[in-house]
Amino acid sequence: MIEIDTVSKQFTLHNQGGAVIPVMQGARLSVAPGECVALTGSSGAGKSTLMRMIYGNYLAASGRIMVGGVDVARAEPREILALRRETLGYVSQFLRVVPRVPTIEVVAEPLLALGRQREEAMDRARDLLARLNIPERLWSLSPTTFSGGEQQRVNIARGFAHAYPALLLDEPTASLDAANRETVLCLIDEAKARGAAIVGIFHDEEARAHVCDREIDVSVFTPKAA
Amino acid sequence: MSTTPLLQVRDITHYYGARIGCRDVSFDLYPGEVMGIVGESGSGKSTLLGCLAGQLAPDAGEVLFDTRSDGLRDTLKMSEPERRMLSRTDWAFVHQHARDGLRMGVSAGGNVGERLMAVGARHYGDIRDQAVDWLGRVEIPADRVDDRPTAFSGGMQQRLQIARNLVTGPRLVFMDEPTGGLDVSVQARLLDLLRGLVREMGLSAIIVTHDLAVVRLLADRLMVMKDGHVVETGLTDQVLDDPQHGYTQLLVSSVLQV
Repeated sequence: MIEIDTVSKQFTLHNQGGAVIPVMQGARLSVAPGECVALTGSSGAGKSTLMRMIYGNYLAASGRIMVGGVDVARAEPREILALRRETLGYVSQFLRVVPRVPTIEVVAEPLLALGRQREEAMDRARDLLARLNIPERLWSLSPTTFSGGEQQRVNIARGFAHAYPALLLDEPTASLDAANRETVLCLIDEAKARGAAIVGIFHDEEARAHVCDREIDVSVFTPKAA
Repeated sequence: MSTTPLLQVRDITHYYGARIGCRDVSFDLYPGEVMGIVGESGSGKSTLLGCLAGQLAPDAGEVLFDTRSDGLRDTLKMSEPERRMLSRTDWAFVHQHARDGLRMGVSAGGNVGERLMAVGARHYGDIRDQAVDWLGRVEIPADRVDDRPTAFSGGMQQRLQIARNLVTGPRLVFMDEPTGGLDVSVQARLLDLLRGLVREMGLSAIIVTHDLAVVRLLADRLMVMKDGHVVETGLTDQVLDDPQHGYTQLLVSSVLQV
């Protein structure tokens, strides 16, 4: 489902003397449907960078990033947008929303964007918010004023609203209490059971051991200082 | 996914005397796509928008639009009546200053109804019903339908301008700094409204702005202009989070954090 081949990445800082910082070289990764692969490595090793490249948020300097038959490293913006709508989900560490939009709409939005019936989308959103213990009185409010943990759970609910065939999870259990952490691990297990290919970053070792089938140490792809 | 672009722009160039307004700008816009054009004042973004929307005559280039009746047409080669018809039916233009896009001496309902009459609506009751419906969609209360825009706040005027532009069901909307000069709370409301309308109506839009937060929320794709040239294009979040060109890096790093 996700196939990464000899991907490299460098940042060129034009306003800081044109400094070129190579951050990744020869990255390889393959994730089959129903499999969850953890990216590991110390802070700064490039876990988030690799994940952002898979999502098309960072531009790969070279190599191939195949997701569901689309090469994200070369695709047109509209192809990547279609991929994100239908195939590739991403739970980032931070929730970014339009001010004023109610929480339930934020969670239902991925389904509405796919043209699903409003009632179906709302039912799914309600179900997920309830499972993640967001009190019902908050559903009609914008999540912008919520606590960090609540925003994180809204973000997870949104990421799991649609049954994406491929899913990227950046620290999905960080800052959650035991009960909510359990729910998130359960959601990940369900996604695997329906055949989703998942790439995740988990600092929570127990969670990682519970849901991940394999680990890839991304520091192997860190370019050695010349 | 639709494979025919709604708009194909080829090598649009406009000079102000010897100075470059914009030069060799080309892109395709597909149905349902929202493209943002960013750059500082004088970068050529408004000149480009004017050329695309038929308000300025470019010195070179083509603007091909997939018309409903005759397929692909170069709008720059259309006759004046043809282009005027296009700009009342398939196209819409939302100005930065609402007063440039509204008739200030006519009631709110009249501003919206006038557009319907321009495309052939004649039944007064239907026109008024549609006008009230559209005022509702942009959150203007029905009891303000007979008030003139001069009695409206800036945010309300801007929402009225949007209603007036969208009532005829256009397929392509040009917007020039649609949230410029509004309070942030009013901006947020307007952005939410625009996003909803774009999704419900499947609109394509080209939005010129210098506000990077606005394009992040509204635009699928981004084009960055400097000194009349396009320096970078791509997926909006990619251009903002991983800018490749020095100028874009400068723009993104210059945004004040709140």
